[in-house]
Amino acid sequence: MSEIKDVPKGLRVKPINNGTVIDHIAGGQALNVLKILGIYGITDATVSVVMNVESRKLCKKDIVKIEDRELLEEEVNRIALIAPAASINIIRDGKVIEKRTVDLPDEIVGVVRCQNPNCISNTLEPIKSRMLVKTKNPVLLRCIYCEQPLTDRIAEYLI
Amino acid sequence: MFKKRHVLTMREFSREEIDSVLDMAASLEPYARGRKSDMMAGKILALLFFEPSTRTRMSFETAMKRLGGGVINLGPAEGSSISKGESLADTVRVIGGYADALVIRHPKEGSARLASQFSPVPVLNAGDGAGHHPTQTLLDLYTIKKESHLENLSIALVGDLKYGRTVHSLAYALSLFGADITLVSPASLRMPDPIKADLSSKGTRVRETCDLGEVINNVDVLYMTRIQRERFPDPVEYNKVASCYRITPEFMTGAREGLIVMHPLPRVDEIAPSVDGTPHARYFQQSFYGVPVRMALLKMLIGRGA
Repeated sequence: MSEIKDVPKGLRVKPINNGTVIDHIAGGQALNVLKILGIYGITDATVSVVMNVESRKLCKKDIVKIEDRELLEEEVNRIALIAPAASINIIRDGKVIEKRTVDLPDEIVGVVRCQNPNCISNTLEPIKSRMLVKTKNPVLLRCIYCEQPLTDRIAEYLI
Repeated sequence: MFKKRHVLTMREFSREEIDSVLDMAASLEPYARGRKSDMMAGKILALLFFEPSTRTRMSFETAMKRLGGGVINLGPAEGSSISKGESLADTVRVIGGYADALVIRHPKEGSARLASQFSPVPVLNAGDGAGHHPTQTLLDLYTIKKESHLENLSIALVGDLKYGRTVHSLAYALSLFGADITLVSPASLRMPDPIKADLSSKGTRVRETCDLGEVINNVDVLYMTRIQRERFPDPVEYNKVASCYRITPEFMTGAREGLIVMHPLPRVDEIAPSVDGTPHARYFQQSFYGVPVRMALLKMLIGRGA
């Protein structure tokens, strides 16, 4: 089974033997996907990022490959916050052993900060941000503390 | 009917729960007027006011004391554990250990919900920043029920409908009763669109106008709010706007006989003192009704058998 259909092998990204390939990320959002996955700053992970390549499904898409890490379902679902069309391929021994689509859970905890500067969740209280997912497409979140909605610019509020 | 552990927002109240609070308040009104009671004997209410309050704090205190209970106060934040940097979560855990219920007013939105997550005892939200103030809404509803009628009500909400948390919660609660709501405000202080959309989605008739004179003769309740000077950078503009939303006895000449005028108080000059003596004025009764309504909530949350 080929690993990624839209990008010919060897052109921009080398296939990986083990790990996760996140495909069909909306163009330009790859770095935010990495942020959601906790991969930023100094990391030991082997990560390949391709941004703004042509796609049949989206006009432009990003691809992220993370070697030797199989994403958990809850990690995958958080990606839906900014890349609702993303598809996840889990690779073992060079083969896609599982394909998943992303599906936002009903509540997102500790991933997105409330945009209301006067919200109690933006203080030093011992709590994590908690957002209810009111709609999934387009994504509409609501802070459970101050009830402020968040729909645009979600990427700016990633923790 | 009333299974709540905390009172945080009006959105968490069903119509039936509101009715049960208002009925309970009616049965407790004689005690609010001074009849002796030991209903809350041995119970302690903690008042955690991180912001100044007169009416809400004192009416909670009155409600608890008239029912025979005790009250403890956080006192000024200066010199307390708060000024030493203690979190709200820790404060409510500690004080929740001293009291049977906590009343909290805090400048941050969502603070009461946070408190409810850490408190070992029921939390009553007495105002969280620009968020919610459900006990005000319940006393407003009680006033309307007592002094006018909740069924087939025609009400005008007047003044600052943009920032006023009181009118947002009240409009929502009135939508549960099928009220006909007219929003009267200057263009810059209109009720936010998502709140209006929410009201309309519940089948509530909502109309908007800038002209108070246009509606005064066609409503049962005139709910006035204060237009704050600081909302207007230009004092001339403020004076112009504020004078359009000021009522006098002459202004109400053509009003319905049973029209009542309400205000969450404090008023500044949006209701002329000469209105106080007219049969329309109800704002001081409204303020008093805070006592039986808060008594009802306390009894339902922490009274015997609650």
